[in-house]
Amino acid sequence: MKCFSRYLPYIFRPPSTILSSSCHTEADIISTVEFNSSGELLATGDKGGRVVVFQREQESKSQPQRRGEYNVYSTFQSHEPEFDYLKSLEIEEKINKIKWLPQQNAAYFLLSTNDKTVKLWKISERDKRPEGYNLKDDDGRIRDPSTITSLRVPVLQPMDLMVEATARRVFSNAHTYHINSISVNSDLQTFISTDDLRVNLWNLEITDRSFNIVDIKPANMEELTEVITSAEFHPQQCHTFAYSSSKGSIRLCDMRQAALCDKHCKYFEEPEDPATRSFFSEIISSISDVKFSHNGRHLMTRDYLTVKVWDLQMENKPLETYQVHDYLRGKLCSLYENDCIFDKFECVWNGSDSVIMTGSYNNFFRMFDRNTKRDVTLEASRENSKPRAILKPRKVCVGGKRRKDEISVDSLDFSKKILHTTWHPHENIIAVAATNNLYIFQDKVN
Amino acid sequence: MFPKGTKRKFLDSAEDAATATVAGEQGPASTRTPSPSYSLQRQSLLDMSLIKLQLCHMLVEPNLCRSVLIANTVRQIQEEMTQDGTWQIMTQALAAAQCPTDRLVATEVLCRQSDPAAAPYPLVGGLDRGYHSEEVVMEAGDAHKEALPTQSYLQQQEEEEEEDGGDEDGEESEGEDVDERPEVDSRPGEQVFGTFEIKQQPPPPPPPDPALEELFSDVDPSYYELDTVLTGMQSAPKMGPYDLLESLSSHGPQPLSPGASCRSDLNELDHIMEIIVGS
Repeated sequence: MKCFSRYLPYIFRPPSTILSSSCHTEADIISTVEFNSSGELLATGDKGGRVVVFQREQESKSQPQRRGEYNVYSTFQSHEPEFDYLKSLEIEEKINKIKWLPQQNAAYFLLSTNDKTVKLWKISERDKRPEGYNLKDDDGRIRDPSTITSLRVPVLQPMDLMVEATARRVFSNAHTYHINSISVNSDLQTFISTDDLRVNLWNLEITDRSFNIVDIKPANMEELTEVITSAEFHPQQCHTFAYSSSKGSIRLCDMRQAALCDKHCKYFEEPEDPATRSFFSEIISSISDVKFSHNGRHLMTRDYLTVKVWDLQMENKPLETYQVHDYLRGKLCSLYENDCIFDKFECVWNGSDSVIMTGSYNNFFRMFDRNTKRDVTLEASRENSKPRAILKPRKVCVGGKRRKDEISVDSLDFSKKILHTTWHPHENIIAVAATNNLYIFQDKVN
Repeated sequence: MFPKGTKRKFLDSAEDAATATVAGEQGPASTRTPSPSYSLQRQSLLDMSLIKLQLCHMLVEPNLCRSVLIANTVRQIQEEMTQDGTWQIMTQALAAAQCPTDRLVATEVLCRQSDPAAAPYPLVGGLDRGYHSEEVVMEAGDAHKEALPTQSYLQQQEEEEEEDGGDEDGEESEGEDVDERPEVDSRPGEQVFGTFEIKQQPPPPPPPDPALEELFSDVDPSYYELDTVLTGMQSAPKMGPYDLLESLSSHGPQPLSPGASCRSDLNELDHIMEIIVGS
């Protein structure tokens, strides 16, 4: 595991949090993290509906060993709690997903979504302001016209940098069920939003209309046995997208075939191994995340116990299967009882698609090198992460004698789960969300 | 892997049996009788699943994916039990109003951790005290303060689609009359939430209160059951968790009027119930 033999952890918290990690408000729980396409910006969304954007410091020549750190760039309230009066239900303001649009001008754009509404935010800098208006003072007070004896041309004067976020589009009222994912198309004009039963296609410019391209709602809701868990556009082919289901299958669809993509062109599913079948088989096969590789040739899926890499040309079984925490297989009943079995872990590719990463419990996260087949378990915790410290690989002991540094399965803290992680598009920098704390780890410069 | 006739350590068997190979794989139905411990554990899993389906967030819409997965688990258990023939036995036995306290044991057996103190993540508190009493579950389960049943959101979705019709469910008794539910549905497979009756009685529900009956005589029973759940099921008369599943029937969508007026009725009922319970 060459690249992560050493690493520099930094710990960031959303600005409003003052508390230690053992006691925090529910609203501070980070619910999504995402690097933008250049890696310069890192966005986090939390349960309170806020988005915090971090920006990487420019690297300075005088301190080359100190790689650019991420500092808070902008904070804004993206979504507010709402009340659906027709159903008498609250709509949570929790940010489920953030997706960046590639940068096309000086401003940055991102899509953020809660359960029902997607918003397009523009984040822009202002470092100049006009001064010398004729009709009003510099502090904004209206001048008495009779005191004006000459005209002047206002000029732009420098000011302290201000970063402002404005909601440019609001895409609402298109989802009956909870939105679980959004994905920007490679054409940069459209995006999809996905809920439990439907996938809708939007144009970024048009907010009052969306097209439904997948609908798996049965005529009789009693017959519902499968839901959509995630969907993503192909990174290069603007007509192709994939969606995953709670039954462990992935469907690849081509939008050119028909307006309604109910017929998939490819169907990926691994047949169940009858030897391991149990009452929990279906639940643990439910896919919580699906991600295309950067090169567009592979798909990665995360189910409860494994991460699988699929070749788009081979539908009947995955190319590679990695065990994330197989020691939990014997604990499924308890995990069902405390609902942990329904936790939705995400997975990510590194920039070169050679390493994949996903989270686990006890603030552990796992990385798998696809080439060397080596894997490592790391922990995101304050105790283990002093600045400039090196993260030590962790190990879970599955019975038998427990070595000194190992942790036994029964001692794992299931309330500390790493569901959201993201990897810098080009470099070995990762961001890991552990409840209300954000950890950013970098590969140490040699 | 199938535990029938196999001697195992106690703690191992608790977890193992729960994840044991489904009976269907093991041989012809006629020769297959699940071991008592397996049946017990399977039953506990069924109970746990049904409880989970009912305990949903009151204010926020329940997670559809989770509900569907739990419902599928229930369906799978029901199918297996139907194949075993134990389904018939169970429904008949329960219809005769037997006390199912043995299920409390099953929960312990099924999900016991070797050292509860060492388990850092608290299990839903009410479950290991037995979920025969909804009050216990509601008090203890601070991780899951939920009340809206599956029925509610399924119906709400259907409301949304403006499906009306479906006659009132005549098979449902009036809400206050929990003792007389004659329906036993042994139809295999199709309807997980068919009108099977599993009664859980301890403590026995109070006899029908004439004041209550009068109060609710003009109320659509389906509203009443919804309300009972919404008020945390803490007020009399008590209903077992399975009773709610009648409403999840395949009789078609419940005839709920648009949510808003239903809600105000329920608020009134809520208020009335509080008064009654208070006295």
